[in-house]
Amino acid sequence: MSNLQNLQSYDPFADTGETDNQQSTYIHIRIQQRNGRKTITSLQGLPEELDQKRLLKAFKKVFACNGTIVEDDELGEVIQLQGDQRTNVRDFLIDEKISKKDMIKIHGF
Amino acid sequence: MSDQELSEKLKTVSLEDNLEEDFSSLTKKKKSAKKVVFEDEIEEEANDEFGGKYLHDAFSDLKKKKKKSKKPKAFDENEDEEMGEKAEDDEFLDLSSIKKKKKKSRKNMAAFEAEVADGIDDKDSKAKADVGDVWKGTDRDYSFTELLDRFYSVLRENNPELAGEKRKYTIAPPQIVRDGNKKSIFANLPDICKRMHRPPEHVIQYLFAELGTSGSVDGNGGLVIKGRFQQKQIENVLRRYIMEYVTCRTCKSGETILTKENRLYFIQCESCGSTRSVAPIKTGFQAQTAKRSVARRAAE
Repeated sequence: MSNLQNLQSYDPFADTGETDNQQSTYIHIRIQQRNGRKTITSLQGLPEELDQKRLLKAFKKVFACNGTIVEDDELGEVIQLQGDQRTNVRDFLIDEKISKKDMIKIHGF
Repeated sequence: MSDQELSEKLKTVSLEDNLEEDFSSLTKKKKSAKKVVFEDEIEEEANDEFGGKYLHDAFSDLKKKKKKSKKPKAFDENEDEEMGEKAEDDEFLDLSSIKKKKKKSRKNMAAFEAEVADGIDDKDSKAKADVGDVWKGTDRDYSFTELLDRFYSVLRENNPELAGEKRKYTIAPPQIVRDGNKKSIFANLPDICKRMHRPPEHVIQYLFAELGTSGSVDGNGGLVIKGRFQQKQIENVLRRYIMEYVTCRTCKSGETILTKENRLYFIQCESCGSTRSVAPIKTGFQAQTAKRSVARRAAE
């Protein structure tokens, strides 16, 4: 019986696994002003399975800037980069297919 | 006029970006001779757009019918220039261009709609005189443009709120004054908040979260923000605020009110009555920017 397709049970109310992912996997790119014209870009909400250290290494090499990984109590690991790298980071993440365009939120001015 | 024609007309009104195709398909065979002239003129216009437009304005009395059919095309061509102009005059905070920047096509359409309405405005006096009566006494067919004009003039007379172009949601540009070396003052924050019908606290919270700074409110209600910010930057943030917390997603109007129920924020639209929930403002990660010694001293 169960090999008839129509009789296989299917729960229409089951989670599709899309909606609840969407909220949590936003990647936030923020900018903060430092002294003078200097700024810091911070990258928050990267998926856990990524190796942040390797990503940071790639960022540093590609954008020619320094950066660090900061442990935050609530947010986990946050990547900090020197200078305004917001568009760079976004393009990088999209090009490397780490994230999609609408999953990245850029904050700041 | 027959029902079929009317329905066709209505269709084209709603699909205004398809106007050109519709024109070409709807113009009667009779006009084929004139159509050649029409295309020639367009080429002329492409060569010198403004000159062409004026020339053609001057001739408008002679070729009224053609003018109407041509107008949309002319505007299409001029639109790029207009966009350039808009970009140049940055001082004016045109909030309706928020989305337009992203979606060029929509901008084209919205601008186009406004343009069409304008065009009819210009012609209003004329329209009343000739449209609706041009074909009276003759037994020729009505042309599409004549019917379209008639439709708009009737609509304008009876319920102008439907015919008018959408009101643009505009807000005075933020006034940013530098206070010393490290602070900026956002002077007209109370004005802007009043226009948006939002409590200043909410706006301030958003600004601080987005800019990653802190600050305080001064005696006149102005906001003192730590850090150097230019008007343009604040304008961008304000735009995003309006997109997220002010405009109604369903009808795009800015007439909304923000309410709080059980720790959740809802915005309710005044013009269409829809309600939606909005995300609370989150500050997110704050990097340490002050000197560590200073921060340590402050913590003690």
